[in-house]
Amino acid sequence: MNWKIEIVLYLLLLANALLALGVRNLLAAAVAATAFTFTVALLFLSMGAIDVGFTEAVVGAGIVGVYFIAAICQTTRKSRD
Amino acid sequence: MTNPSQSPIVIVVSRSLARVIQLFGIYVIIHGHYSPGGGFQGGALLAAGILLLRMTEGMEGSQVELPTALAMPTAALGALLFAVTGMAAWIGGGNFLEYAGLPIPGVEAVWLRHYGILVVEVGIGLAVTTALVSIFDDLVGKGDHG
Repeated sequence: MNWKIEIVLYLLLLANALLALGVRNLLAAAVAATAFTFTVALLFLSMGAIDVGFTEAVVGAGIVGVYFIAAICQTTRKSRD
Repeated sequence: MTNPSQSPIVIVVSRSLARVIQLFGIYVIIHGHYSPGGGFQGGALLAAGILLLRMTEGMEGSQVELPTALAMPTAALGALLFAVTGMAAWIGGGNFLEYAGLPIPGVEAVWLRHYGILVVEVGIGLAVTTALVSIFDDLVGKGDHG
């Protein structure tokens, strides 16, 4: 039953990555990148690496998302390229 | 980002939520010997609680939690705690971080290892918490080095 959950998680991972790369709004891109990190943490959990998944969830979803938003506040809101 | 939030709902919810996050962080640090987690994860959780208050209560309102000027000295103190505990094992003839060699008389080696790991985890937790908060303070431009 585990592989069904993993396939859903992999699809979610791809969707989050494409969303983070494609969206013009930088804040939305930061949120999509945070969701990507959290999906990676869930994948680590499903593989049985609880310690790695915990670290990934805390650092990636908890701290780095805040840093992204703090960095965006120092720049413009929209991507220009 | 460094101004206090205007909404009282955001302030009240983030105040109570930050305490829960920090309590869980302390739990993760203390139970780091025999369950997933440890100094780094618990320290990151403690920092997440402080960063939540930094964002909602503003930079001035959350100085009570961890003053900006105190962040880097506390990180150095945590690293010093880690290094001194590791090197104290040399006195008893052990290797670096070999807790059985800690120079405390009258305590069995099992308990020396138990409390040695705990002290090292607390040192790592202190260093990680304050270093992450200091990075955030520097990012939003209120750090002590410009």
